[in-house]
Amino acid sequence: MSETRTFAVLVDNEPGVLARVIGLFSGRGYNIESLTVTEVDDDANLSRITIVTGGTTQVLIQIRNLLERLVPVHRVEDLTANANSNDLEPPVQRELALVKVVGAGDKRVEALRIADIFKAEVVDTGLSHFVFEVKGRKEQLDRFIELMVPLGLNEICRSGVIAVSRGDQAL
Amino acid sequence: MSDTKTGAETLINALVEQGVEVIFGYPGGAVLPIYDALFQQNSIRHILVRHEQAAVHAAEGYARSTGKVGCVLVTSGPGATNAVTGLTDALMDSIPIVCLTGQVPTHLIGQDAFQEADTTGITRACTKHNYLVKNADDVSSVVHEAFLVASTGRPGPVVIDLPKDVLMNQTGVYKRKADVRRSSYRPVVKGELSQIEKAVEALAGAKRPIIYAGGGVINAGPNASKLLVEFTRMTGVPITNTLMGLGVYPASDKQFVGMLGMHGTYEANLAMYNCDVMINIGARFDDRITGKIDEFSPNSTKVHVDIDPSSINKNIMVDIPIIGDAGHVLEDMIRMWRSKALSIDAGALSDWWGQIESWRSVDCLGFTQDTGDAEIRPQHALKRLHEMTKHRDDVLISTEVGQHQMWAAQYIGFEKPNRWMTSGGLGTMGYGFPAAIGMQIGNPDACCIDVAGEASILMNIQELSTAVQYRLPVKIMIINNQWMGMVRQWQELLHGGRYAESYTESLPDFVKLAESFGAKGIRATKESELDAALQEMLDSDTMTIFDCCVTKDENCFPMIPSGKPHYDMLLPGTSQEKVAAAIQGEGLALV
Ligand SMILES: Cc1ncc(C[n+]2csc(CCOP(=O)(O)OP(=O)(O)O)c2C)c(N)n1
Ligand SMILES: [Mg+2]
Repeated sequence: MSETRTFAVLVDNEPGVLARVIGLFSGRGYNIESLTVTEVDDDANLSRITIVTGGTTQVLIQIRNLLERLVPVHRVEDLTANANSNDLEPPVQRELALVKVVGAGDKRVEALRIADIFKAEVVDTGLSHFVFEVKGRKEQLDRFIELMVPLGLNEICRSGVIAVSRGDQAL
Repeated sequence: MSDTKTGAETLINALVEQGVEVIFGYPGGAVLPIYDALFQQNSIRHILVRHEQAAVHAAEGYARSTGKVGCVLVTSGPGATNAVTGLTDALMDSIPIVCLTGQVPTHLIGQDAFQEADTTGITRACTKHNYLVKNADDVSSVVHEAFLVASTGRPGPVVIDLPKDVLMNQTGVYKRKADVRRSSYRPVVKGELSQIEKAVEALAGAKRPIIYAGGGVINAGPNASKLLVEFTRMTGVPITNTLMGLGVYPASDKQFVGMLGMHGTYEANLAMYNCDVMINIGARFDDRITGKIDEFSPNSTKVHVDIDPSSINKNIMVDIPIIGDAGHVLEDMIRMWRSKALSIDAGALSDWWGQIESWRSVDCLGFTQDTGDAEIRPQHALKRLHEMTKHRDDVLISTEVGQHQMWAAQYIGFEKPNRWMTSGGLGTMGYGFPAAIGMQIGNPDACCIDVAGEASILMNIQELSTAVQYRLPVKIMIINNQWMGMVRQWQELLHGGRYAESYTESLPDFVKLAESFGAKGIRATKESELDAALQEMLDSDTMTIFDCCVTKDENCFPMIPSGKPHYDMLLPGTSQEKVAAAIQGEGLALV
């Protein structure tokens, strides 16, 4: 049975580290649903990678162990599994999307109204288009984008998921 | 500025501090500064191979036979790409290697410069770790980190890519080995005691136990093998070894049931299938071992000791995983077995041994050899090699890949670790001869023999020149069946006897070939000539090829066809029809 997990990975911010992580997935046929990475600690030169992936329990354990085996990797945390085993809600997961919608008349009004419901912000506009910035859980973004399809959806860019665990414990 | 050095000189200093005595290499434009620095010192000896693949295999043979890290030096571009097969081989078999590759100067990287290759990109998947050094100040710390990574935890190959300007620039920075550590790299060595306790208790409660030990015990050092012997003897349990693990337990001991796996013994495989407690120490449930996964040892409690957490529950789900170094874990197991005064039910154990003896009596490796003018059977040739060398403690064996490799594993008994070097994981034809060169360099007084096939040996035959140059008395024993025997066997058994491209056409005269390089050549074609030829090879103090011409159509048995469970083993003398019937369906798609 396949399940979806979110991993947080703390790595040395050095050339090639992302290629190593991605190579591990592609080389063994594991899939990546989402991957984000950026530096989080300037002084210690650390980056944090968030990976959403799916697989059987055996594959997920394997992914974790293989990530841990990489030399520049400091920590690997299966946020989903940790939340489960600590009786916590699933980890806080957020994603940001920039969504361009082109249209006129009623459709334009409707797009704005829906944006309002989703608390999406208009970050660029002209007489025939909006660029919305919308953030939230992945499913919310999926829904927003789906609703924009008939209203003139023209371009999408999504950041990928970032996540932290609930509670007072840090990675 | 008086105490600055070039990057290349700094590199040599760091290698010397690491205790490097030998580098296997091949020069080229990008590494000339290193060659210049090597020329001006006396601590490190350079062995000039004739192909970069051979440099890595030689370093592997050196590392496996001495327990040290093997060191390789190759130039940029083609030098580095030629090393890739060797690196992959070392990764699969967990051999500690540091490979220095030249690179075009930093300002030319990415310009498709002459002899530029994306070496760190290409080798990322075939190394444990790799580095591109961009500043001469970093050279010493990278070298020390590379040796640490290569030799600790689960060992493996590490590449250091060195742009030419970095080698030529001056630096005043030298970090000592003791000052270099990497906080993100922390291999576990001590196993969790509560898990070890569960393991010994499971073993004590067993009725049909078995120990299955692999190359991890060799990597844990000679002491780990001693501990394994101690533990096996004190518990009275039967023990089997993987292809990689041969020698961790003395083959002549009565508790040893032989190698297991695809071409393993009847008794080892049936004991694995029927056991109720299995202790795997330093092996990885490779597909050559398990056969059909869902019928692998179906009724056993499985303990798995491995230093690499990613080896655990990868192919086979186990009940008691123990992450740690084989030596440390064995030490704890022995201590607990004693302090808890554990033992296995004597009646049950003796019944189990009775069962194993009955399997043993099948004599699955038995064969007959006619004498006189009769053709030499390959099994006999290797059995004789064993019989004529078993009284000696200085024989190191490497192999190429194919039937001869399996026969060598079956008929040569190893009493100690670090005496058997074979390409287990990658199965690289062309491995054995350069590996034997590395073995001989690391063990100048040893008798180093490459058991070869006539097809495999041609893959790195150019190394005759290396062996002759350094006056290495390496012995190549070619089990010459004129076929890519293992391919021919599969074609016979699985592809209706359609022998596509597996006949080794236009073979050289190996005796003349040896002589053309200034080496010695010997040939035997009939049984009556075998012993004398073997003796001549063993007595030779120069590079020698023994062309041992054997029967051409021999198959290697026992054999568990791919995808079959352990009890479906084919024994010698199995009829063609039975073989064909055994290998059907899904098994055909497996390798
Ligand atoms: C580099 C490489 N290419 C191809 C193979 C596939 N292969 C495995 S065994 C074998 C035949 C080996 O023939 P030979 O060296 O004569 O040994 P024999 O089986 O006859 O003892 C081949 C082609 C391999 N293992 N390695
Ligand atoms: Mg052959």
